This record gives sequence, C-alpha cells and structure tokens, in this order.
Amino acid sequence: MPTMFAARERLRPVRRARTTNARRRESFTAFGMATPAVVLLIVFLVVPVALAFTLAFTDARLVSPTPARFVGLRNFTLLFQDPTFYKSLRNTAYFAAVVVPLQAGLALVLALLVNAKVRGVNFFRTVYFLPVVTSMVVVSLLWTFLYREDGLVNHVLSTLTLGHVQGPDWLGDPATAMPAIILMSVWQGVGFHMIIWLAGLQTIPAELYEAADLDGATRWHRFLHVTWPGLRATRTFVLVTITIAALSLFTQIRVMTQGGPLDSTTTVVYQAVHSGYDQQQTAYAAAVSLIFFVLVLSVSLVQRFLTREKD
Amino acid sequence: MLFRTRRLAAVSVAVTAATALVAGCTSGSASTSGASGDTLTLWTHNAGNSVELDVVKKIIKDFNGSQDKYKVKLQAFPQSDYNNSVVAAASARKLPCLLDVDGPNVANWAWGGYLDPIDVSGSEVPVLSQLASTVGRYNDKLYAFGFYDVSLAYFARKSVLNANGVRVPTMDKPWTKDEFNAALAKLKKSGKFEYPLEMGTGGTGEWWSYAYSPQLQSFGGDLIDRGDYKTASGTLDGENAVEWATWFHSLVAKDYMAKKSGADPNKDFLAGKSAIQWDGSWNAAKNAEKLGDDLAIIPPVDFGNGPKIGGASWQWGMSSTCSNKAGAQAWLKFSRQTKYFVDYAKATSTIPATDAAAQQIADYQPGGKFDVLVQFARKYAMVRPATPAYPYISTEFEKASKDILAGADPKDALGQAAKSIDNNLKTNNYYSN
Repeated sequence: MPTMFAARERLRPVRRARTTNARRRESFTAFGMATPAVVLLIVFLVVPVALAFTLAFTDARLVSPTPARFVGLRNFTLLFQDPTFYKSLRNTAYFAAVVVPLQAGLALVLALLVNAKVRGVNFFRTVYFLPVVTSMVVVSLLWTFLYREDGLVNHVLSTLTLGHVQGPDWLGDPATAMPAIILMSVWQGVGFHMIIWLAGLQTIPAELYEAADLDGATRWHRFLHVTWPGLRATRTFVLVTITIAALSLFTQIRVMTQGGPLDSTTTVVYQAVHSGYDQQQTAYAAAVSLIFFVLVLSVSLVQRFLTREKD
Repeated sequence: MLFRTRRLAAVSVAVTAATALVAGCTSGSASTSGASGDTLTLWTHNAGNSVELDVVKKIIKDFNGSQDKYKVKLQAFPQSDYNNSVVAAASARKLPCLLDVDGPNVANWAWGGYLDPIDVSGSEVPVLSQLASTVGRYNDKLYAFGFYDVSLAYFARKSVLNANGVRVPTMDKPWTKDEFNAALAKLKKSGKFEYPLEMGTGGTGEWWSYAYSPQLQSFGGDLIDRGDYKTASGTLDGENAVEWATWFHSLVAKDYMAKKSGADPNKDFLAGKSAIQWDGSWNAAKNAEKLGDDLAIIPPVDFGNGPKIGGASWQWGMSSTCSNKAGAQAWLKFSRQTKYFVDYAKATSTIPATDAAAQQIADYQPGGKFDVLVQFARKYAMVRPATPAYPYISTEFEKASKDILAGADPKDALGQAAKSIDNNLKTNNYYSN
C-alpha cells in the first residue's frame, strides 16, 4: 500500500492551513486514487492469501462432492511425514544459497563492465538483457534441448576438449540436474539485476570519483571506498529481490524436470502446484504454501534486520 | 476521524470482497447451467484437432437439422487446457450440458458431482455392442460412452527381426518375458541400435500410467487392489510389482532402452534408430504408410499374467447441473449412430467402438490391415482403475516409474507410492463422499 502512505505524507503539512472542506475533498481524492490499487490488492492478494491459510486446515479438494471440512492440523502432520517435502526444502535452500551470491555478483561485474564510457556499450547492455525479456518457459524448453546427452552443450564440451570429455545427460542425472538449472536460471536472470546495479552506479556522483583520482586511489580502492558504499540501497534491493525469486523457483522445474530425477530438483513451490492441481489436493497444497509463506517471511525479516541502517 | 473513516472504508471493501468470494464458492448449489431454454452448450477438447472436431460439428449440424426443438452450440478447447477449464467451470457452477471426458477421469468426475448418469436406451447402437473399454461406468451406473478406443502395440520391421533371428509373434503365441529379453539382447548385440527398444520414456503425464501399468499388470501387479479399491499396499508394491520394476529398470541398465527418449519417438523408430517401438495405435497408419508390408504389429508381451493393454479414450457425458437434461439425452442418443462411429474412427485413425462400424472401414474390418488392433482392444484391454482416486494414483505411479528408471530401489519406490496412495484414500475417507 505505498500509494496510501505517500498520500498521507503529502497531506500532513497542508492540513493546518486549509479549511475543513478543502481538506475533506482532498482526502476524498486521495482515497479515490488509492481505491483501484487497494481493491486489486485485496481481491488478488489479501483474499487469496487468507483463503489459502484457511484452506490449509480443511480437507478441501479440487474436485469434490462435499464442501470442505475443518480437519485441524492433519495436513501439516502429513506434510511433515512426507519425505519429498524435506527434499523440496533442501533443494530450495540449495538453489537460493547458490543463486543469490552468484547472480548478484555476476550482475555487478557485468554492470561495472557496461558502465564504462566506450563505444558500443549499448549493444552489450542489450545482449545481456535479452534473456530477461524472453519468457522463462521458452528459455527452459530451449535449454532442455541444449542439455540433452546429444545436445549442444555436450557437443561444445567434446569439441573444446578434442573429444576427451563426454558430458552427461545433464537433466537426467541427479548429480547434475540442479547445477544445470542453476546455471540456466542465472543466465536468464542476470541481465535484470545488471540493470538495477547500473541504475545504482549512475546515482553515484562523478565528483567522488574525481576526488578519489586526485587522491591517487587505485581502481580497487575506488571500488571499495566509493562505489561499494554508494550502492548501499541498491544492494539491499538486489539481495531481497533475488532471494525471493530464488525461493519461489518453479517454472524451470515444471518445464524441464518435473522434480526428478529422484526428487533432485523438486522445490517447495513445485510441490505445492503439483499436489494442488495434478493431484487435486487443494488443502495439502495450501498447507505447503503456508509453510512457504512463513519461510520467505522469516528469510526476508532476517535480511531486513541484517541490512538495516545501523545508526 | 479522517483516518478512522478511511480505515473503516478499507475494511468494509475487504469484507465485502471476501464475502462475495466466499459466497461465490459455496452458494448456488441448487443452480443449473449449460443451456438457455432449448439451446444446449457442448464442450469438447478438440480445438487443436480439426479432423475430430469436424465430426463433432457434423453431428451437431445433423442433430440441429433433424428436429426443431433443441439447438446444440459447440465450444471447443485446446486439449491441454480442457480439464482445467472443466474444473474451473464446475467450481463456478457453469458447466455446459454436454461435455467430453477422458476415460480414466469418468469415475473422478462422476464422484465429484460433475456428471450425471445417462440413459441412452433406444438409440440406434446399443451400449452392449460397444467395446467394454469405451463405456464409462462408475458404481454400476453409465456415465459416458466413447465412439472409439486406442490400443497399444509393439511396432517393428519384419526384416530387422528376421535378420536378427527374432521370431515375429502372433496373438496365438505372443512373446514371453524371456523371449522378449533374448530378442532385445540379440538386437543390442547386432550393434545397429544404440537403444533397440523405444517406449517413449521422454513423455510426461498420463502416458506413463497408460503405457507402463499394463506391463505391470501382465507381471501380475496392479495400481490398486481392485477388490474394493481401498488399498494399494501389497498390490502396487507386492512381489510381482517389484519384479516388474526390476525388469523395467534392467531395460535402462542394460542399455536396451533410453532413460529418456527423444522428442519424437515415432520419428526415431521410422528413421531406424530403434528396432521395436511400444506405441499407440494412433501411429499405426503412419507406420504402415512408411514401412508397407515390412511393418509388424506385435501383440503385447505376456509377462506371465497374459498380454495387457490400457483401455478407454475420450467419451461423452452429461453434466449434473444441466438445466435441460431431456435435450442433452436426446443429443447423446442421436449421436449413437453407426455412421458417426465410422466417421470418428476414420477421422482419428482409431479403433471403432463397435463391430458394425469396424466392418465399414477397410483397414479395421476382419482381415484388414489393422484388424489386429481391434483384437488387441477386445482381448487385452484393461481399463484403468475406475475409482475417483485415479488421478492421484496415476501421478504417484508416474513418479515411481520415473524414479525406478533413474535408479531408485524398486521396492522402496513402489512402497512409497503405495503408502502415499493409501494415505490419500484414507484421508479422503475412501472417496465414499
């Protein structure tokens, strides 16, 4: 609800000066402007979330002749006995733990590279950004072919090593399936965060760099003492957005591996969708979603705490 | 004051929206849909399949022209979206009067209250003359019927089998397990095939249950105990089932079959990449056209409990919320004419559901090129378990089979699937409403 807060901020100083009528009219306008967003948020966010939380304690099914009944914690008891659930949690954590630093770091390196004032830099910006504007479903389908045992990736490997390395069936081997998906996801998402970093880089005043040059700072010192502190706000934003996106890993899994082989790529969101739609267990899926919500919330709160303004 | 008003307004919007939503979910249980007066809506999954859709259109046109009372209006969906559309429509109480349903889903939809039993007595083609697998029954009531079925078969080149000293089996003497394994070993040894057997292991979804559960049944296992449909333990993870799983995994371990086949298995077979393909009858015409007399249509292997194939394809039924059931029944009855059975089978290269129709199609009549497929459907077809739990069972079997191919312990993988299915049956009160 940022709109409402913004409106409230703006109202405060003028309230004393104006007449009650004008004030009322203005707040009415503010309310009117906020309404569409508020209604949409309520209908598509608050209500579904509230429903999901309620459903988690019932026996609701996708196809059912009887209305849902309250069953207490049964779904959670079943969930905590489900070996696939623990594998989903582990895989989700693994994916996030690798993707967050890798994607953020790589995006920063790319941003520093394309921030240089040389000819043709726009070309590279566009190239890095291209995968971002391509649908994840399409990207996943294409990479499924690239990753086949007789696919392009293995051909390139074999050619580069003069036939010494014969790559595996990347998505068919439990050991390589998740790393393969991580690599593809980073490739697809890195351009977006590069643009965010780039925006952050361009807010750093040029005078600071000039001053640093006058002081005879090396490139590395310039980065450490000017660029890095200047990116403070951007850093928090990048960290939080990548984490949330990584934790909700789903599309790639749905298209490429359906959680296999041997549960090596199943994730919490994939499990929720699979049990909710493919298996018609709406209430069970709601329980998975509830756990996922708590998980994301706590991770975000911890991150928020760690990146808070310390003074 | 101002803030309080605003908060009050926000809360009331929220409450109204929530109430409306919840009300939408629960109310209207007595309402009907699917027809306005004597104009009935009909849904089909055929939007992407123009030849089959044309037959549906033709029947509708004939029906609308044959009498003045009822009008049927067609709405076609792409197959991938069809089931979701029906489930969504059912939650919103907006089901059409007439709809088609995939055979294995009939029990689930009948139990869920989507479908009503139908009475088509007195139509030109009696239900009893149909292949059993084309009739959708649940709790001894008729809910749906189909115009055709499909069959599974092994396709191979006679020349390849002969060159490698492999007998071409017949329905009188199908391959046994040992014979089949020996044949695969010979074909593998010939060095001409990286993977001699192609079973479409790259597919997803219902294909796994459709294609591989008949093999499990031929080994003597099954997806669920069909006595009372109350437990899978002992059946899905019994000794025979584990034997199937061990064999299934050995196909991959011995490099007889790819762990994950290519994007188009039939194309690979026709290109000579594999020697034997386990595939549906829908590719029979294409194979015959390409290979001519060299094509062998081979019955399923007898793994001990007789050869088996899966039965049931798309069928037609009537929704329980239909506001004009007399009209819906009239359409269903009208459609049951032999000429339409013939049209469907011709358009889709599938097996006609009745003998009368089969006699009118050269390839499917007795002695015809594809007569064997009709025989397979008649003698070997086993419908997938007619229980509302089937969609769940199918996903669990798919997962277990994929895990087995990926190297999971056969007993553990099947045991876990059986346990999940039993849990599901128990928490759903055995689907007894």
